[in-house]
Order: sequence, then structure tokens, then C-alpha cells
Amino acid sequence: MATERINMPQLGESVTEGTINTWLVSAGDKVNKYDPIAEVMTDKVNAEVPSSFTGVINELVAQEGDTIQVGDLICYIDTEDGTSANASAGGDNSEQQQNDAEKEDDSKNTSMKKRYSPAVLKMAQENDIDLQQVEGTGRGGRITRKDMEQIIASGSGPKEGETKVGTSTPKTEEPAPSRAPVQESSPKPAAAAGDIEIPVTGVRKAIAQNMVRSTQEIPHAWMTVEVDVTDLVAYRNQVKDTFKEKEGFSLTFFAFFVKAVAQALKEFPQLNSTWAEDKIIQRKDINLSIAVAKDQELFVPVIKNADEKSIKGIAKSIHELAAKARSGTLTADDMQGGTFTVNNTGSFGSVQSMGVINHPQAAILQVESIVKRPVIMNDMFAARDMVNLCLSLDHRVLDGLIVGQFLARVKEILETINKDTTSVY
Amino acid sequence: MPVQSYIQAITAGLREEMLRDENVFVLGEDVGKKGGVFGATKGLYDEFGEYRMLDTPLAESAIAGVGIGAAMYGKRPVAEMQFADFIMPAVNQIISEAAKIRYRSNNDWNVPMTIRAPYGGGVHGALYHSQSVEAVFANQPGLKIVMPSTPYDAKGLLKASIRDNDPVLFFEHKRAYRLLKAEVPEDDYVLPIGKADTKREGSDVTVITYGLAVHFTLQAAEKLEEEGISTHVLDLRTVYPLDQKAIIKAAQKTGKVLLITEDNKEGSIIGEVSAIIAENCLFDLDAPVQRLAGPEVPAMPFSPTLEKYFMLNPDKVETAIRDLAEF
Repeated sequence: MATERINMPQLGESVTEGTINTWLVSAGDKVNKYDPIAEVMTDKVNAEVPSSFTGVINELVAQEGDTIQVGDLICYIDTEDGTSANASAGGDNSEQQQNDAEKEDDSKNTSMKKRYSPAVLKMAQENDIDLQQVEGTGRGGRITRKDMEQIIASGSGPKEGETKVGTSTPKTEEPAPSRAPVQESSPKPAAAAGDIEIPVTGVRKAIAQNMVRSTQEIPHAWMTVEVDVTDLVAYRNQVKDTFKEKEGFSLTFFAFFVKAVAQALKEFPQLNSTWAEDKIIQRKDINLSIAVAKDQELFVPVIKNADEKSIKGIAKSIHELAAKARSGTLTADDMQGGTFTVNNTGSFGSVQSMGVINHPQAAILQVESIVKRPVIMNDMFAARDMVNLCLSLDHRVLDGLIVGQFLARVKEILETINKDTTSVY
Repeated sequence: MPVQSYIQAITAGLREEMLRDENVFVLGEDVGKKGGVFGATKGLYDEFGEYRMLDTPLAESAIAGVGIGAAMYGKRPVAEMQFADFIMPAVNQIISEAAKIRYRSNNDWNVPMTIRAPYGGGVHGALYHSQSVEAVFANQPGLKIVMPSTPYDAKGLLKASIRDNDPVLFFEHKRAYRLLKAEVPEDDYVLPIGKADTKREGSDVTVITYGLAVHFTLQAAEKLEEEGISTHVLDLRTVYPLDQKAIIKAAQKTGKVLLITEDNKEGSIIGEVSAIIAENCLFDLDAPVQRLAGPEVPAMPFSPTLEKYFMLNPDKVETAIRDLAEF
């Protein structure tokens, strides 16, 4: 025995409900399949509702005069048929449980964590929120727009600036996260009357951020060598006028230094590398960043594959990049991919400086002013053209020994440059 | 306010306009003495007589053509296509003449005609009595297509359509006729054509739809509310030309948009809605725009099982909304 439902049948096109006019049976009556059990009135037709089963009427749910939606229950009938509707219901339950289990698995899945929708990216950008630190409630751990709205409303979003410190430090190190708050709590200096306040924007802001990042992350160490470039100076002065006439741009001292560095880097690839937390990446390409100042801004465009270029080629690259920097036409491509920086501090008259490494490179070389000085050679005084090369190194990547060898090699190359050994072409 | 069914609201709207303006008349198959196969014009023949309730031959092209001629002459015809499926013989009259005459005649002529037609499935009507045909007309500047979802909207928009000085296609979901009942004011109100209507405010998922699907969506939304999923429902009401402002606003509201139509998916009205959202809302979107629509099958099948598969229902809408909410 099983109890079945009899529902209000569809009694014509566009008919959605019917009113029970008269019940033709009552509880306890035995009916055959297709026997009429009730008279139903719709706004289109009056009709008899047939029984869908053979059995005994169990309960009349709808009363005479009730208006019932098509498909809704009107009465129960006990059938002699053994198959029970409840059996299948049990099956549904287990399926439901399985679905629940699947759902639980889904909550641990974070495959969508880094798939950001345009809305989420926009909100992160506008509110300076670091998405890496946001917990997503969407499918697969996805961060939803609602998650972002909540963070913004609560004002507790992990800020982009803070995390630059945090992300580069291994998570196990305790002091790293505390550094950012300390920084934030120091009071801002106030401007007095007559002071000029210059808003920090654009390039200035980027420089500031990079410098902070570089000095906070990289343990700097310094080393300076003195190089005798008398022959180089003589050679360059001898050819510079004809060079300018022929090529249309100047043959600077700086080009010689860049060439020497590129050549030495080929022999000491340890300096052409990057700190990457659990490893050091040695770069194959030698792409030299050079610093170019323009008014209040500092650009570091890149001479790509400097080791493959002649001195003339390097001079030309420097000339072009400097011109672009001054006219503000440097492209992102011009600025990318640097592996080591050579900085021409000598152009400002400096004779010694301590450069800040251009993150994430491993070292920076400052080429200072060439100064004519009395030097003792073969126990005699001589007037020589001297220059200091000051190198800042990332002590995580490099030690004194290798850097000393590198600088000695640069020195050697530079001191042997003269018209017999070297061609600018 | 009396409670009226969708079809009663239509009849009331028609009657009020016929009383207001003697130029309004009705023509169509069995609209007169019989009062229409669904009863939309019931009682009007007795009230207004045979010259304002014209029974026509079985020739839809003629129904549209006569209507266009009368409209250009200054009348306000309300033509009835017995089923939207039967509108096809009249397409040339509607698209080539009614839609274009104002443009072609440099404003000298216009066609203030309303064409009413019951559309949609879920009533065991099979191929010739279940189709959605709005997409056929939805790229014809000069035409307007109105598809109301409630008795209140049906009356207010039908009156606006009759008063409009250009042709309006007015599609009524035949399943809504007796399914939907609501309070409808007895006074003379009109609703603006070309304006969508927010049927429910919500913050998790935006559903943009029209016609009977609005009803299914509201039912699903009610149920999802208990699960904590809040659904925003925009009823397009006029499906051509679309209310772009309202669509953009509704899409921006939640960033998760579900578009629903009973029509076949490809080339349907909601494809255009999706394009409007794509053009305007990229940076507000939090999920891919989703469409819930009929399968790419030539017509609504007769077999009840297959009809159920083809047709929308609140469960399908609920599943689609929940899926998007969880994304």
C-alpha cells in the first residue's frame, strides 16, 4: 500500500486554476483509475477530474468551493500498488547529502582566488587595497564585489603600500609586518607659514616608493676603487671631434665606462642577478639601466644587451635614451628589463657617493668625476686623470670577494683603453 | 481597487480608450461577436457595435493592411492577431509600411495603430500557439514593442500604445491572462512607453527580463530571500527600443547580471541587453553576464515533457540566480 497525491489537472489552454464545485467521492470510497472524483469549474470549462490511480480515497484536502492552482494537491489516495512514492524520496535524500559533501569540498577550493573581476580590480585600485590579502567568499575562493564593498565600508582593507614591505619578506620573519605600522605612526611634519608644499605625485611618488623599498629590503654594502684613466682620456679627446662630426652625437666618457662594465659583467654574472627569496636568479642578458635626470624627475632607461654593442653603439643608445627622457617620450619598454645600473654621478662633479640599488637588481655602479691629480708612479709624481668607481651591492646576493674581483676587472679594462688597444667602433 | 486578471485589465483598457476616443476601433479574427478566442474583447461588441468591433477574414496581412490605411486616414485601430505565431503573413505590412511611413513621407503621414497579439508557451499550444516573435521586429526603427508583465502595466501600457501616434506591437503572454491577478486602478492612467520598471530592489544579483518571466523571477526571488540572496529585478516592459539608462543602472547595481527570455537564446532581445551592458558597465561587472533562454529549437514542442524542458519556470530561474550569487 502506498499513498499517492492527486493534483489539480490542466484543464485547457491558459487555464491556471480551477474551483472544486462538487466532490463526487468521499474519504474511504474505493475508486478505479479514470473514475471521476470531482467536478471542477474554470473560467473556460466545467470538467470532471479523473482519478489517476485505482485505490481508496484517503483524505480530501481541498474543500468544495476552494480555488486550487493547477498542479496543487486536491486529495490523497491509498493505492494497492506496492511501489511507494517515499522510496524515491529516500533516494533523493542521499543524493542531497552527496551534494552537501561536494559543497563542503568546494569551500576549501581556492582555484578562483586570483581571478579578479573588472569590478573588484577597479575597487582595489581606487581604494588602494592589496587583493592578495583579501579573503574571497565567492566560488573557489573568488573575491566578489560584495567582499570589496564590505572591506571598503569597514575601512580595514590591507593597503597596497604596507604589503610591499610584507610580501618581500618571508612570512616566518616576525619583525616584517610590524615595520609598516611603526612607519605609519610617526607624525607627519607640518608646514610652517611661507613654506611651499609640493604634492607628491607621479614619478616623484614612484621614486620615493622604490627608494624606500630598496633601502628597507636590501642590505647595502659599499666598495670604491680608484682608476687611472689617463690613456682613456687622451684617446677620447683625440677622437671626439671627428666622431661628433661623423656620427652626429658626442662620444662621452660614460660610454667607455658602460662598455667596460658590460664586458666585466659577462665575466662576473654573479653581479648581474636578482634576489628572489628562496633563490638567486642570474640573468643571461646584460641590460644596463642608466640614470637620466630631468628637472624634478629621475628616469632609469635601459640599454638592452649592452655587451653586444660597441662603444659607439652604447654612446648612441645613451644619446637616444637621454633625448627621449628629456622630451618625455620614453616608453615602458625603454624602462624595462634592467639587470644592473651604471650611474653617471660624475656629471654633477661628485667624487664619491653611495648609490641606492635599483630594486630588484643586485648592484649599482657610480661613475664619479674624472679629476686630474698628482699620483705617485714609479716613485715619481705624475699628473694623472683619476676617477672613483663606487659600487653598492646587495649583501644577500654578493660578498666582498667577488665584488672586489669584479671592480678590479673593470679597473683593468679601463686602464688599458688607449688608441692602440681599443676601437670605438 | 478591484482585483483584475491580466486579460480583464486588457479588456478594461480597451474599453476605456474606446469610450474616450471614437476613432478607436478593434479589428481581428473573432474579436466581435465571439469576444476573442481568449475573451479579451468580451462584451465590447454589445457595447460598441459591429462598426467598431470588426470581425475580419482569416488574413493577417489584411488585418494589418486595413489597420494601416485606417490609421493613416486618422483612425486609431487596435488590430488583434489571434496568436502572435500568426503575425508572419503581416510582417511585410508592419515592417515595410507601418514602421516606415513617417520616415518615408517626411512626417506627412503616420500610423497610430496598435497590434495586439498573445504570445508565449507553457499552455500545451505547441508550434503554432506558443512562439515568442518579438525578436523578429526588434531592429525596425519606427516600431515600438511593448510586453507588459502585470495587469497594472498591461492596462496602463495598452492605453499609452493606443494613444501613441506611431505603430506599437503589444504582446500579451497568453499564460499570464488568467494566471496573474492584481489590483488595477479604475481611473484613467497611462504608463510611459520606453521605460523599464524596477519590480524588486536587491543587492546580490540583477535579473533583467520581461513578460511572464518577470513573474517567475519574482517568485524565485521570494524564495531566495529566505536563503539570504537578494535579487534586483528590472522589467523591461518595452523591449524595443530598450531603456538603456535603466539597464545600465540595474547592471551597475550588483555587477552580476542574469538576462531571461522565453525566446530562443541566439538573436533574442536579451542579446542586445547584454551588448548594452558590455558597452557601458565593464568596470562594474563582477561576473560574466548570463542568459537564461529557450534552447535553439524551431518551436515550442507539444510533448509535455519537452515543453517543460523548453519553457521557463521559477525553479530554472532560481537555480540560475543562485548560481550567479555564489560565483
